[in-house]
Amino acid sequence: MPMNKARKLTLLAAVVAALATTAVATAGSSLSLVAYSTPKTVMGKIIQAWQQTPDGKDVTFSQSYGASTDQARAVGQGLKADVVFLSTGDDVNLLVDDGLVDSRWNRQSYSGIAADTVVVFAVRNGNPKHIKGWADLVKPGVQVVTPNPFSSGSAKWNVLAAYGAERRLGKTDRQATAYVQTLFRHVVSQDSSGRNATNTFLAGKGDVLITYESEAFAARQNGQDIQYVIPRQSMLIELPIAVLKGSANKDVANKFIRFVKSDTAQDLFGRYGFRPVNKKIAAKYADKFPSRPGIFAVDDKIIGGWRNADKVWFDPNKGRMAKIEQAVGGPSSG
Amino acid sequence: MTTFLSVVVLLPIAALVWTSGKHGWHEFWSVVSAPESVAALELTLGAAVIVSGLNAALGTITAWVLVRDDFVGKSLMNAVIDLPFALPTIVGGLTLLALYGPSSPLGIDIAFTRTAIVLALMFETLPFVVRTVQPVLLELDREAEEAARSLGAGEARVFRSIVLPNILPGILSGVALAFARAVGEIGSIVLISGNLPFKTEVAAVFVFNHIQSGDQNGASAVAVVMLVIAFLLLLAIGGLRYLTTRHERNA
Amino acid sequence: MSATRRFGLRGIAALYLVAVLLGPLAMVFYRAFAHGLHPLWSSLSDPNTVHAFELTLVITAIAVPVNTLFGIVCALAIVRRRFPGAGIVNAIVDLPLALSPVVVGLMLFLLYGRTGWFGSFFQAHGIQILFATPSLVIATVFVSLPFVAREVVPTLRELGDEQEQAAHTLGASGWQAFWRVTLPSIRWAVVYGVVLTTARCLGEYGAVAVVSGHIEGKTETATLRVQDYYENFNQAGSYGIAIVLAAISVVVLLVMTLLRPKESA
Repeated sequence: MPMNKARKLTLLAAVVAALATTAVATAGSSLSLVAYSTPKTVMGKIIQAWQQTPDGKDVTFSQSYGASTDQARAVGQGLKADVVFLSTGDDVNLLVDDGLVDSRWNRQSYSGIAADTVVVFAVRNGNPKHIKGWADLVKPGVQVVTPNPFSSGSAKWNVLAAYGAERRLGKTDRQATAYVQTLFRHVVSQDSSGRNATNTFLAGKGDVLITYESEAFAARQNGQDIQYVIPRQSMLIELPIAVLKGSANKDVANKFIRFVKSDTAQDLFGRYGFRPVNKKIAAKYADKFPSRPGIFAVDDKIIGGWRNADKVWFDPNKGRMAKIEQAVGGPSSG
Repeated sequence: MTTFLSVVVLLPIAALVWTSGKHGWHEFWSVVSAPESVAALELTLGAAVIVSGLNAALGTITAWVLVRDDFVGKSLMNAVIDLPFALPTIVGGLTLLALYGPSSPLGIDIAFTRTAIVLALMFETLPFVVRTVQPVLLELDREAEEAARSLGAGEARVFRSIVLPNILPGILSGVALAFARAVGEIGSIVLISGNLPFKTEVAAVFVFNHIQSGDQNGASAVAVVMLVIAFLLLLAIGGLRYLTTRHERNA
Repeated sequence: MSATRRFGLRGIAALYLVAVLLGPLAMVFYRAFAHGLHPLWSSLSDPNTVHAFELTLVITAIAVPVNTLFGIVCALAIVRRRFPGAGIVNAIVDLPLALSPVVVGLMLFLLYGRTGWFGSFFQAHGIQILFATPSLVIATVFVSLPFVAREVVPTLRELGDEQEQAAHTLGASGWQAFWRVTLPSIRWAVVYGVVLTTARCLGEYGAVAVVSGHIEGKTETATLRVQDYYENFNQAGSYGIAIVLAAISVVVLLVMTLLRPKESA
């Protein structure tokens, strides 16, 4: 039926046209921010603040939030991004290896870090199981919630914090690794992202959630019924921000990142539960963010930096977490 | 039309089958038989069997009540049955969470349990058996039943020997559709089940998680298994349809 | 049938429906308003939420006509042409009913992802398929493919082609016969199929969740926005969008009920 075919072709043309217009990237100043799962509120405020400045005045943003490693992989698969704000340097390295981020990203100011936080234990109000330190997590009957280390940045921090804490207490490499395995025997849920783990905990699962201090803070700020404990041995979480090499708006993106490290933005970080990297602003929030004698960072020699940690712990086939998950019956990948 | 069908349906299927098989059968098998994939598939099939069984019974009862009985609110009941067809699956999950999850007014909390999965699947597959049995029941000739009753057969006997054999193809079609839906369901499950690997991670969630983490091989392997199951169920439904219409044609 | 048995069966059916369907639905309406009108309204009027509804409508507005046209043409081919492989075509068209939407999303990744079959081609030309509207449309077209075809095929079969034959002998062209004879007789089947297709498009979640990239204000559909609000501690927003979608579903349900042939004896 010839007329039928003509009609089909016109419809097809209309559909293709519609798809094409939606596919073409919008022109003008716009930035795509791809971030890990929890900083939506504070980034919303920072973006708003930047849009009040001459640099950010006519810049529109598109934002995507999700598990840090998953987001990095999505960018690798084509998710459009100008700026990535991820939760581990490991995930930024993923993009470096994909050729999407310059390998000198951590030579920027503050080593490429936008804000800090620490690993904490979120517990039920009143701390009924009296959880204070890492040893309490492996007491009989204690149920732990942490995300999946193959998809979540938060989970990676938790693993390294657990290991590092034991090393700082004098345990050997083997003993500390055994502790991590024991810990994962107590894990009752491994959601894909830090935020999902928070929601699982808030929905009633588990006695303790290992998470970011900023996330526990955010949950509290949203009226959720929890409190948090900073263990004596804890890990400094450094949250990296970087520009994508292929960004069409590199200048604007770099200006935004500079703003993120400026006093205004750092103050907003402080207000929303993050530890500012800017020392002057950090001092202002000293009471809100107590320090602990045993806080160590990823570059501490017991961890040896992200490249080393990734190879030792998070290699999907030969890493220690792959073996531990297999031993405890956990997920073998994200 | 064939080009459209090829581009929209066949090409994606080809890509999936090719990706899962590109490293050879041995590799495919080792991925599919990994503990986490096996657990996900077992959970999925187990839940689908339970849900299909429950649907077969409850759906038939509901269809019976709608066709053979008459009461106030019957047309409302009839209309409401199609709601899971019309409602987005994520809203379905949210509704179950509202009533049976944390802070439920009933004081129960089944979130993150396998019960939650069964409940979500019951919600989504509710219409299938009802809608496949209804038309068959409507067309059923009551004479044979009347005759059996007048000969002294009890209700149960009448149902078992006369009604059931006639509506069985209808029940089975509904069950096959419900099973297919249950195997593939994700929207209603994602909020309520907690996706705990080895405990409440169904095959669809497994595939989802592995896509996100870049493990396309693992995702494809389990996805192909789900594809094969879908095809087999469609064949079964088609076969049932053929058998019943042949029966009609010969009658 | 004895009275007790009758009431027993009615009771079981009623309990089944209330426990699984109506009770939960009532709870959603309650929860949406539980925090008061203000949080509900501010979430629903949030520009990203408004965009999510718009995006869902745009996708539906593309997928429904495409699948309607396809469904009619396909049904005609299956029933009237009787070509070898018609059975296979029938099975392929039905596949989206049985296949998990997540698998659909995966297949799109394998085709259009950076490492996919056509990924480098589209990337080289600067065309975004994944993580942008095109993949959302393709996914939605796939999952809502069967409905019109499935409704029209049995109707066409029952009708037989005598009327078209008669029209041809009277000198009508193929197109005229279709427009004047076939289409009016399958009219209600098409409308019913369109209603089912629309409902499916509005409610799509699994496939779009995989391919969307969850970019607020760009690739979040209404269903994805429900999840977004839920995960960000905004219950009022989550339940709010849910009741809007539920209200639309109820309208769809009413239309379905009115169009469905009378099915009680």
